[in-house]
Amino acid sequence: MSTVKHRSAGPWFVAPFLILFALLFVTPLGYAAYLSFFQHKLIGGTVFVGLDNYAKAVTDPQFLRGVLRVATFFVVQVPVMLLLALLFALALDSGLMWLAKVVRLGVFVPYAVPSVVATLMWGYLYGQDYGPFAQLSRFLGLPVPKFLTDSWMLGSLANVVTWEFVGYNMIILYAALRTIPGELYEAAEVDGAGAWRTAWSIKLPALRPALLLTLLFSVIGSFQLFNEPKLLQTIAPNVIDSSYTANLYAYSLAFTGQQVNYAATVSFLLGAVIVVVSYTILITANRRRQP
Amino acid sequence: MPELVPQHALSRRSFLAAAGAVSLGAALAACTGSGGSAAPAAERVSQADIDKAMATPTELVFWSWAPEIEQEVALFTAKYPAIKVKVQNAGQGTPQYTKLRTALQAGTGAPDLAQVEFQYLPTFTVLDSLLDLRPYGADALKSKFVDWTWGQVSGAGGEIFAIPQDTGPMGLLYRQDIFDAHGITVPKTWDEFAAAARKLHAAAPDVYLTNLAANQAAAWHGLLWQAGEKPYTLSGKSDITVAVDSPGARKLAGYWGGLAKEGVIGTETDFTDSWYASLNNGKYATWITAAWGPAFLSGSAKATAGKWRAAPLPQWDPAKPSSGNWGGSTTAVLKSTKNPIAAALFAQFLNTDPATTKMFTTKQFFFPATKALLADPSFTGDAPAFYGGQKVNEVFSAVSDTVSPSFQWPPFLDQAVTDWTETVGKSLADKTDTAAALGQWQTRITTFAKNQGFTVQGG
Repeated sequence: MSTVKHRSAGPWFVAPFLILFALLFVTPLGYAAYLSFFQHKLIGGTVFVGLDNYAKAVTDPQFLRGVLRVATFFVVQVPVMLLLALLFALALDSGLMWLAKVVRLGVFVPYAVPSVVATLMWGYLYGQDYGPFAQLSRFLGLPVPKFLTDSWMLGSLANVVTWEFVGYNMIILYAALRTIPGELYEAAEVDGAGAWRTAWSIKLPALRPALLLTLLFSVIGSFQLFNEPKLLQTIAPNVIDSSYTANLYAYSLAFTGQQVNYAATVSFLLGAVIVVVSYTILITANRRRQP
Repeated sequence: MPELVPQHALSRRSFLAAAGAVSLGAALAACTGSGGSAAPAAERVSQADIDKAMATPTELVFWSWAPEIEQEVALFTAKYPAIKVKVQNAGQGTPQYTKLRTALQAGTGAPDLAQVEFQYLPTFTVLDSLLDLRPYGADALKSKFVDWTWGQVSGAGGEIFAIPQDTGPMGLLYRQDIFDAHGITVPKTWDEFAAAARKLHAAAPDVYLTNLAANQAAAWHGLLWQAGEKPYTLSGKSDITVAVDSPGARKLAGYWGGLAKEGVIGTETDFTDSWYASLNNGKYATWITAAWGPAFLSGSAKATAGKWRAAPLPQWDPAKPSSGNWGGSTTAVLKSTKNPIAAALFAQFLNTDPATTKMFTTKQFFFPATKALLADPSFTGDAPAFYGGQKVNEVFSAVSDTVSPSFQWPPFLDQAVTDWTETVGKSLADKTDTAAALGQWQTRITTFAKNQGFTVQGG
């Protein structure tokens, strides 16, 4: 009797999630997939083209260049950001740091600043003529750093993103550190482990899942890089072109070129790239854990 | 040790979050098939129908980003109390067009009327979205407007797709004090302009004669227009000639690319903080701009009040003075309106009534499109102190008469502009071969147009 009741109640508990899930995830995904099989022309209207858009996208140099650029960004920026976040989290958790609360807040505050505001601010700081870095360099008689040129731009973007997200990742790692049971530390102390040894042999292994989480979020964040280049585009339009990142390319296709169908295709392929990279990281991590 | 999130759930969630987020942008821009051919010109609407419509309580929605345009609208509603006009600001320029296109494709949410810049009219006529205003008496208004503005709002079949609101014939604003200090006279020809650029930069290495912004495709199109070029010619609905790489265009590219390469002019992005600062501190001795420029500059470069003057653009052939247009807007009626008569009459009243058009020049500082105002001494006689008491409007009124009426815009302007920035604009900024960049621009536009189903000539 009670089992039956439980069973009939089940769907009701899941329903709120399922409805929102269907509405907010499945429907737009399905619609985008549907769109990606068509082609719309200003002259001639919409026709079904099957997988033509996909065939075009996988050899589209603009799309491939955008993906390659965000991949480079991921490989360089994410390790730096996560290492900084890890160092801050460990320093805060060690309890040896002065003004720990101030530091914790200070590192986290950039994350509370909307990325739009952050990018506008950095755009000003990077300014070639009136930015403070440029003025300081001139004052010291040094060459003015060219933050907004072709060769510097990706680094400048990486700096903005790092500034924004170190605090966020630090909080995740710090929270994970706080959940380590005190007995482990006591045991380590009894065994004669110092602070460094404790960090290496207890804290880092305990942080693995949290680090994996931050890494996966970073995969998504990097490959979908959009806000920062889109905003810096207004001050460096000749450096950041409409296909600078893959996501920016999808946006330009939809809103500049009115090629909504092809934009949907590019979005789907970008999603596929993210899935592949994410799974590769997960599988690699899991394999290491079970030798 | 507790895990923050179970790993399998995490991987699935990350996939869904990723895929969902990337597809959202695409899904928002929902797209349905449009197309369909232009309807034959309808019969002229009778005066009785007009009187009836104007006495019937109606609400019109008007998208415009002109500040405080409600003042002019109030004059209309005072005359036609039955008609209510709801002014909505849907963003300036591109953001508004994006919303408008989305609403048109969705088939719901579009306004009755919208402010549309001259250069964007073909972008909407190709979608068959604008109402031909001839049946509502618009063809009788032709003589009121400067010829070239009427050319801009007219369709290939003689349709009238919008009523001109304001214009931007191009001219030169220059710093009299910098010219005096270096013995430079106002250049009459582009050759004199180039010589002055070299002379000025040699004498004062921190000063440039002008800044041709590497992001400003509108200025480039205006200069093409002045040079008598016809970069885009639409014939029929689906045939387009693209000639952005013509011999005349190459001459223009050689000229500006050369000056940029020599480093005697700037190519800084315009309308940025840095650019405003440059205008204020005298980095640039001229600004190649349009008739809306004088009012704009007097608000943005207050530190230089009294030092600026206006002149026509330097010429390629001084015997045949000509200019191009940069900016300015129209009022267009969307075909989807349920109240075409009231909307059409509103568009016509707003831009031809003596009181509203006069108010545009004093409240919004619009540069007029009507012949009457361009000849009106109360407009041309204005002598602002920012320009040392020079009658700036008079200078630009004379320029307006020299703008060619046959320049056309492509039906995919956004794409042409983006492609310009990434080819020609980039070559100016990077000091590479601008004439070669024209070829890339031509190729990109041609490829895009072909993909969109146009038959493309030229190139």
